[in-house]
Amino acid sequence: MSQAALRNVSLEIEDGELVGIIGPTGSGKSTLIQHFNGLLKPDSGKVFVDGVDLTLKDTQLRLIRQKVGMVFQYPEHQLFGETVLEDVGFGPRNIGLSDEDVIQRVREALAYVGLDFEAIKDKSPFELSGGQKRRVAIAGVLAMRPSVLVLDEPTAGLDPEGREEILAEISQLHNDGITVVLVTHSMEDIARLATRLIVMDRGTVALDGTPVEVFREVARLRELGLGVPEITELMHELKARGLDVRTDILTVPEAEEEIIRVMGWRK
Amino acid sequence: MRMFRSVTIGQHIPGDSIIHRLDPRTKILSALALIVLLFVIDGFVGYGLAALAIALVVRASKIPGRFVLRGIRPLMVILVLTLALHLFMTDGRVIFQFLFLKVTWEGLIRGLLMGTRLILLIIGTSMLTLTTSPMQLTDGIETLLRPGKRIGIPAHELAMMMTIALRFIPTLLEETEKIMKAQMARGADFQSGGLMQRAKSLIPLLVPLFVNAFRRADDLAIAMEARGYRGGEGRTKLRELQFQQHDRIALILVAAFSILMGLLF
Repeated sequence: MSQAALRNVSLEIEDGELVGIIGPTGSGKSTLIQHFNGLLKPDSGKVFVDGVDLTLKDTQLRLIRQKVGMVFQYPEHQLFGETVLEDVGFGPRNIGLSDEDVIQRVREALAYVGLDFEAIKDKSPFELSGGQKRRVAIAGVLAMRPSVLVLDEPTAGLDPEGREEILAEISQLHNDGITVVLVTHSMEDIARLATRLIVMDRGTVALDGTPVEVFREVARLRELGLGVPEITELMHELKARGLDVRTDILTVPEAEEEIIRVMGWRK
Repeated sequence: MRMFRSVTIGQHIPGDSIIHRLDPRTKILSALALIVLLFVIDGFVGYGLAALAIALVVRASKIPGRFVLRGIRPLMVILVLTLALHLFMTDGRVIFQFLFLKVTWEGLIRGLLMGTRLILLIIGTSMLTLTTSPMQLTDGIETLLRPGKRIGIPAHELAMMMTIALRFIPTLLEETEKIMKAQMARGADFQSGGLMQRAKSLIPLLVPLFVNAFRRADDLAIAMEARGYRGGEGRTKLRELQFQQHDRIALILVAAFSILMGLLF
């Protein structure tokens, strides 16, 4: 226990950002995000959420946890309710809302993750498919109406369709004004979604910037055992083979446009 | 939320002393002999000699005394209760009287003897668990129970269950911590409220824990079958237990000591 899990991490996340946190296994990503709602407290240093210091003794962590929703890895492993309604309503009931309000919150949360309230509310969460379970579990956090949502690898273990759906929902939440922090191993996903990327390495922040800025550091990322999106990789390769393309490209349509431009083709 | 980090599983302290190197069967049998002996003998001289023998074993194991004594702490309540019950409940010559409570000379002696017996039992048996790794312990139990197969004791299955249970204690603790955190993030409160409320607040923790444990058990069963597990029949061992010269000497010493003590006290 003598080794510090995090050292000298200093960062600020603004309202409305969609921040991606990437880094090799054991770099401190999960430890870091658990400080965001006071599940872990730093041995030294401070954590502020909306100006409230989480490290103070008399801070109401319940209120903070309402504000900062946290979706852990494999959130479906925490389902316990007899019905979806009971499970998703767990958070709102803990806040002490009335039955009506709880139902309203559940309805709203399930809509966010693309599930039909009437069709699913009385089902047991354990009889759902893997992807549905995951979405019910995420709805359980959204039902708290957090203004910040932290997700730890929300797409791990899902099929491509399930991944796309979850990512689209996260993107929608972000568009609706929720600040999102997303821990992931998928460079493709994060390149597409994030407004800002933080790269962790052995408990410290190694890189911090926009996706374009971060993915420019190909050598540094490789050194950390991380990659860049495949399409960015391709652009680097083309450049190395003598085609004068830009390498700060993160998505396929961008790449298409750039190659057409450089080759002098017309659409 | 570091509450589970301090839980140590088994109390095994690795080492290379003569006691550590003894065959687990030798140690299990010796511990059994000690338990029987401590219930047979009576009187301070007998206990004194038994204590001396245990002290010699502790010494030979090179395990610091504080680890050995630490085992007594959780049983403090029982010790005090034993002493108190004997002190007040035995008839005999009264030393001291307070209202309806009377302390007798006989009670004092009885209480002290019972207390000593308990302490020696704890220290003696903890020498077994302190110097033997859980793996060795299960190996030893399996081999010792093997003759019981004919009368229907499933020796291998019992040992396998023990091994798996031990293996999964840390995993389940980790899982518990994870689920607690997830539910706390949803505003769950495990600490406050009355007894009923607290028991109820455990449902969101226990249901997922059990569901996951069953899922894990399924996975484990499939993984074991995939690697050709089909019970103990025809299964060979990586580490065969082997009685050495020092095991024979130790067993003879223990037997001689037990018989002598049993006859004398």
